Amino acid sequence: MKSLSEIDTVSKRASRATGFEWGVAEEVGKNIRMLEMLGISGIKNLNYYYKIRSKKKFEKIILINKENKKMQFEYCPITAGVNFLDQVRSLENLNEIKFQNLAYPILFLPFISRASEVVGKKIFLKIDNKDFLLNYNNSIYSNSLTGGIVTIGNNIEIKFLDNLDSFDDNEWKELYKLSEKTFVEENESLKKSGAGAGLNDND
Amino acid sequence: MNIELRDPEIVMKLSKLGSFHQSKLSFLRSFLKEFKDWEYKRDLFELNEFGHGIAVYSFKKNEQVYSLICFANQLDEKERSDRVIATKWDAAFTLHDGVPTKKDIERLKKEVPKQEVGRLSYKELTLSRANKSVRIFNHVVEKLSEGKQPDISLLLSVGYLYRTTAVYGSGKFGLADRFRIKDREEIYGPFRLEMMLVYLVRQFTFDQVNHVAKKRNPKKAISLDLEICRNLGIGNSTGLGMAPFIVNHPTLLNNWVLARETVLKKIREIRKVEKKDSDLFIKYLKSSVKNIISWNTESEYQQIKIGSLLNDLGKFISFIEKDFNFSNEFAFNEIYLWLENNSDDECIEYIVSMMMEPYDQIVNPLISKMSSEEEQYFNIPTNRTVLDLKNILEDKYKKLLKIDFSRNENNQNFWFISKNKEEPRLADRFEEEGSELEQPLAIARDIKILYEALSVSKNSHTIDRFLLKNNHLRHVIRRAFIIEKFPYSEIQDNTIGKSIVPIDMLRLKLSFFGALKFDPRSDKWLRICMFQGAPLPEQLKNHDDSWVYN
Repeated sequence: MKSLSEIDTVSKRASRATGFEWGVAEEVGKNIRMLEMLGISGIKNLNYYYKIRSKKKFEKIILINKENKKMQFEYCPITAGVNFLDQVRSLENLNEIKFQNLAYPILFLPFISRASEVVGKKIFLKIDNKDFLLNYNNSIYSNSLTGGIVTIGNNIEIKFLDNLDSFDDNEWKELYKLSEKTFVEENESLKKSGAGAGLNDND
Repeated sequence: MNIELRDPEIVMKLSKLGSFHQSKLSFLRSFLKEFKDWEYKRDLFELNEFGHGIAVYSFKKNEQVYSLICFANQLDEKERSDRVIATKWDAAFTLHDGVPTKKDIERLKKEVPKQEVGRLSYKELTLSRANKSVRIFNHVVEKLSEGKQPDISLLLSVGYLYRTTAVYGSGKFGLADRFRIKDREEIYGPFRLEMMLVYLVRQFTFDQVNHVAKKRNPKKAISLDLEICRNLGIGNSTGLGMAPFIVNHPTLLNNWVLARETVLKKIREIRKVEKKDSDLFIKYLKSSVKNIISWNTESEYQQIKIGSLLNDLGKFISFIEKDFNFSNEFAFNEIYLWLENNSDDECIEYIVSMMMEPYDQIVNPLISKMSSEEEQYFNIPTNRTVLDLKNILEDKYKKLLKIDFSRNENNQNFWFISKNKEEPRLADRFEEEGSELEQPLAIARDIKILYEALSVSKNSHTIDRFLLKNNHLRHVIRRAFIIEKFPYSEIQDNTIGKSIVPIDMLRLKLSFFGALKFDPRSDKWLRICMFQGAPLPEQLKNHDDSWVYN
């Protein structure tokens, strides 16, 4: 089994070898390490993308918009990912962002996961029929974590989720009430001494 | 009195870093302190009459076990080399997490001797190999088998029976990634498992030499005297592979140097130095001189440094004995200021290390802060502005920004990864091919390019906008935001200049390891000795931390 350190190093070097700047290659190394740690096919997708990248042209999207429509060529997932991560603080205000025709979208996924940590919001990512809930770069919940290569994402949707409770007020109150059973009712004596005060509060 | 931390622009110059010495903060000393209560055991020792075979050693505490597995092999004289081109060694080692099963040992027997071309698993933590100092090893075998102890002066002129030529960890060749083990308290200090491997290898060398002598002459042979063993360490040959490490791990580098600087600051701030502490300082200072006198090297570069150190130390000891009163307030601050005016870096940094000796209470809390969670600082804060970044560069890289990279001598070298060994190397840009595959280790040059790009950008622009056109500078933008928080994270020198002495980078790292007797064999590799004078595993309990000076 390859260690994550080897995965990071080889992905970084391969990215540089395929023409990305060192700083971008560093980002890819960390991303593939994360995907593989979570059991998502990072190496497989990167390898296939880099094989095809030398033969095909890809769109290098620089400025991310609300709607990033289909262009002549598929979008490069790494250039799109790096710029999404860099611009996420302003993109957050758009609430929803769409891409069409994004190549190897699994390689785009870790950038969005890291963006979730940067803005402190969960992000919902939909790649065609695959859903991903990205939780502050701590975990990824998905209906499609089976391995494999995803060569194209025809329709990508990204939603910034508001920081809301996943429960209603009543459910919280009920649980809180139960938690109160661990508290001690204070009598006068406890009130005086329990907080560590002296005989005279001003001493 | 509030003493400022020393200026990173001075401390982080390569000539300064290349003058660092071992100290109480060094990893091998903190490793011995941490593991002194662990149960040491030799679990297996199956060697033939030539000393070839398998041995296993372990440290155990509660349910946690670390096992060193040694494979000693026959090696043709012609195949023995410390250089990276070697493919076979006298012995190969791995530190296994837990107790190895027979199946593990069989698996490792096939892989560990192959080193870089073998495959380890997540159950292995570190990997190494070593070659005998044949002259010394054979001498010891011969004498012991005759019932005599070896010639001590010959032994001490080298200092070890074996020298390692590489120690790998942190996920290399399939070894366990750091994340799997980083929460174990006993390995909070950096490189602790690498230190454990080297320490147990040292014991293996003694056991092996005794075993071979005994097999040669079972009736007459005696064991190597324990005091002689204690005064032998493990040699190490280290090349450029280690140099880029300190550039590639900026927050870790910061935490090492910051710990050292913080200790110095706190010692200089002591108003009243207690007599027991000044006595200890003077005692260790004087006894440490023998380590310098016995420091052998053929390197003219190092000989000059040793000469300067001995000369300055002589002046310093005379100053302390004749002109100095430890009852003065802030005595160590006075000493430090005297050193700055009267000594070279080699001596200043030597005394800085010595000052730490009486002060466990200052040093110990900082040891556990010398690791780093580097991932936390990886993201670039793209909401910051061009002006912010420019200010950081002007503040933190003042001297580097003055370097003129249009001059060939400032742009002479490039760092690359050797295809043969996958290890970093340095070459002349104007003489050799391959500079188009340069590694991103020319930080000073790239910071300067970044500064020039920032200078023609609008101050109010945010970094995400700046990156739209300048992604080629992304690697140094990341570093600049790191140095803002970690002042000692960057070497304040030109790492590609004509005058670079790469062994200064190695010396910095090795001093934090706790190495002694740096012996440069060229400007690109050196030999050192580790654990010389250290207690043997059986003596670890209640050992005296000042063993370095005994």
